[in-house]
Formats: sequence, structure tokens, C-alpha cells
Amino acid sequence: MSAAAHSDTVMPSVLLPAHETSLAVAICNVHKTFGKHHVLDGITLTVAQGQTLAVLGRSGTGKSVLLRLIIGLIQPDSGAIRIHGDDISGLSLDHLGAIRKKMGFLFQHAALYDSLTVAENVAFPLQHHRRDLSQSEKQDRVRHLLAEVGLDGDLDKMPSNISGGMQKRVGLARALALEPDILLLDEPTAGLDPISSREIDELILKLQKEHHMASIVVTHDLSSARTIADQLALLDRGKVVAEGSFEDLQQSDNPFVRDFLKVL
Amino acid sequence: MQIPASNLVGRFLEWFGNIGIFFANVVRSGITPPYEWRELVRQLDEVGAKSLPLVALAGAAVGVVISLEARYSLSRFGAKSLFPATLVYSVIQVMGPIITGLVVSGRVGAGIGAELASMKVTEQIDAIEASAVNPYRLLAAPRILACILMMPLLTVAADACGLLTGWVAQAMVEPLSFQQFIESGFRGATFNAFVPPTFKTAVYGLIIGLIACFQGMRTTGGAEGVGRAATNSVVLGSLFLILADVVLVKFILVVFP
Repeated sequence: MSAAAHSDTVMPSVLLPAHETSLAVAICNVHKTFGKHHVLDGITLTVAQGQTLAVLGRSGTGKSVLLRLIIGLIQPDSGAIRIHGDDISGLSLDHLGAIRKKMGFLFQHAALYDSLTVAENVAFPLQHHRRDLSQSEKQDRVRHLLAEVGLDGDLDKMPSNISGGMQKRVGLARALALEPDILLLDEPTAGLDPISSREIDELILKLQKEHHMASIVVTHDLSSARTIADQLALLDRGKVVAEGSFEDLQQSDNPFVRDFLKVL
Repeated sequence: MQIPASNLVGRFLEWFGNIGIFFANVVRSGITPPYEWRELVRQLDEVGAKSLPLVALAGAAVGVVISLEARYSLSRFGAKSLFPATLVYSVIQVMGPIITGLVVSGRVGAGIGAELASMKVTEQIDAIEASAVNPYRLLAAPRILACILMMPLLTVAADACGLLTGWVAQAMVEPLSFQQFIESGFRGATFNAFVPPTFKTAVYGLIIGLIACFQGMRTTGGAEGVGRAATNSVVLGSLFLILADVVLVKFILVVFP
């Protein structure tokens, strides 16, 4: 990804070789409209393997929509989304499934299956995609994943009986179950107290170091983004108004960027 | 505000188009492996075994009502000897299937609609899809198939209860052994008289399951959307079930005279 922060316009990274397979995710000139609302207006971003990109912006600027496009839950009106060089636009559910196995998604409200226990939630992707593993191997993997997110004592609890922070941890463990190359995190610290937020940030950092994943984190939390991301992209009215490292963004003379960073 | 008629027609056609696409997706996903056997067994229990008490009770009530009405009507025309056949044919050909369909539509249709709608608004269906699992294969196909498979069995149960309580209601007024009742009721009965009306309920099952899954999986709008999905599942399911009954009765009369 381009390291320089941009002042008024951003050079389209689509000029980068989007087919290059070293790029884990390449979003090329993507447009998305809901009714009359043009949510994403020519977004271009790339993330290399092992890199973490934080997508920032005000509410309603299409950050979560961007993540949903990347995992194929919705389709772009135009533009391309490439995962390891493969364009995912227009793929059938089953073909998309093969690409989704390389990705883990943490939803904003965790989206745990409320009829399953914590352990069953984490085991869900394994039950469907790792039929080569025995039940005891799957159970061991679930215990290991839950221990990794600090929840090894809560296997049999129901999602409704654990706190929001714990639900996020379970969601994170579930997202990691298939050992993904790409991790998509939608507001991982939203609604959490400062201590839980910091714990989640530390956990994400630890997992990134251990698993060398490409991560895209959508967040409002600037301090969290500064902690966990190598690169930041700031969205405003459906466009990327600045991208680069935190220090790059601090140098920006774009009034919106300066205003946004003022919070810190 | 009044909605123009052309808009209503457009929305109606759009609904049909969308449910057609949904059905095609379910069939395509359901017939290709991996098959969700465990979920199918769970749904067979949910739709079949758990509906059985209610269906049996409804069938039993219908049997008593037909018995009381038939005895009175037949007595007026001096045709009391036709009572067993009247009860058998009324229950098995007409009332058993439709009552079972409406009861299952109320219980199962609302249940499926609300469950899937709740999963939709809490992003659980998106989470299933994000986990690279096909939600049509995991959620819709087993529910619809369970409705199709269980409806004829539930209808047989409702018919049996209806005949039993109908006979009891008659026997309490004047002596009639169960053996006499059955022999007289089924005398001259053919395959065409009872089997097609029972198996037509598989179509009711398809209608109930398909509409409930469709309404549930396309829900938007939080708790209000969940309520709307449950209500629409029952209302539309029951409506199309009754319309289908009209068509199926005519179809059976033509194909199985």
C-alpha cells in the first residue's frame, strides 16, 4: 500500500498490479450504492500478507460495507475485489466458499449462534470444513483457540450468558478456527470498556504476530487503530481521503484528516 | 396513503420472482453434497414429533364434530347406515389433510419464520455464510424437506385420531363396534380414494417450509421484522395452502378418478 498520506485526492492504488498474488486483498475502484445513497465511491485499497490495515471514518461512511464486500456478503456495483489475485465478483456461493475458507470475520456484535454453546460456536467451521479431523482433534483445537483468547474455562456457556467482551473473544476464536490468511475485524472494540478494549487490541496484536495474517480492521477507535495497524485509511463520503501510517496521516494538511486526528 | 394498483401488482410479481429464485437456490444447494443429515434429523423431530400432539388433538376434535353433525344430518334423511363411510371419507379425504396443513402452518411456519428471521437480524446467517457454509443448504433445505416428509405422516396421525374419536362419539350414543365401523367405513374403498389425498399434503409441506424459510431469511428491521416474518409465514403459508388444496383436489379427481 502506498505509504504517503494524501491531502485532497488519493492516487488510485488500482494502478498497482492488482493481480499480484503477494497482495492478500486488492480493492479496485469499488462503487456501492444503496437506493440513492452512494456509500462507496471508487474505493481502492490493497493489503499485503502480514500487513494490518485500519479503516477509519465517521459513522455511515461505508466501513462495514467495505468488509462485507471483501467477504462477498454483498456485491459491488462496479469495480473488483481480489483475494490473493482471484476476483470474487459474481462467484457462486460454493465457489465463494472456497475463498471464504481463507478468511476469518469478526462481526461487530460477534454474531454468535445463540442456540450453540461457546465451544460449539468455535467448532462450527471445523465441523463443516475439517471433516478429516476426528472429534477429539476438533475438541482439542477448540480448547486451544479458546485458551488463545483467554476463555478456556467457558466452553459450555451459552452466548447469552457471557459478556460483550467475551462474546467478541469467542467471535475472534471462531474467526481463527480455519487458520485464515486474512482476518476481517468489524469494530472489535466497539462498546467495550477501556480495559477490555486494550485486552482485545493486545490479543489481536499477539495473533497477528503468531499467525502472520493480513488484517483489515474497521474501527472508530483511533488509539486502537494506532496500536494494532501498520497502515490506516481514512474514509469520508465514500472515498479514501488519506492513507498511510499514523505518522503520515499526522502530516496531512486535509482539514477532515486533521479534524479526525484531533481526538487524540 | 393509498398504494397504486400497478405498484401492488409489481410487488406481487416481484415476490413471486424472488421466491422462485430462492427455491432454485435451495434445490441447487440441497441436491449437491455435502448433505446436512444431522440438521435434517433435527428438523424431522422439530416438525414431526413435536407437532404430533397438536395435530392429533386437532384431528380428534374434527372427528367428534363430523360425527355429531353427520349423525344428525344422516338421521334426517334416514341414511344412518352411511354414517361410517361418511365419517371415513370426510376425515381422510377432506378435513384431515387441510386441518393438519393449517395446524402445521401455524406451529411450524411461525416457528421457522421467527427463528430464521431472528438469525438474520442478529447477523447469524451472515456469520454462517462468512464461515464458508451455504445457508440454503444448512438452514432452508433441511427445514423444507422435513416439512415435505412429515406432512403425510402427520396427516395419517390426524386421520387416525379423527376416526377414533368419531367412532367413540357415535358409540356413546348407540352401540357400534370398532370392527363394524371400520369394515363398513372402508367397504369398497380403493387406493385412489385415500392415498392421493394423504400424499397431497407433501405439497402443503413444501408450501409451508418454502414460504417460512423465504420470509425468515430475507427479513430486515430488528424485532419488528422478526414479528412480521413470523406473521407473514403463517398468513401466506395458510393462504397458499388453501389455494393449493383447490387445485390439488381437482388434480386428484382428474388423475385418480
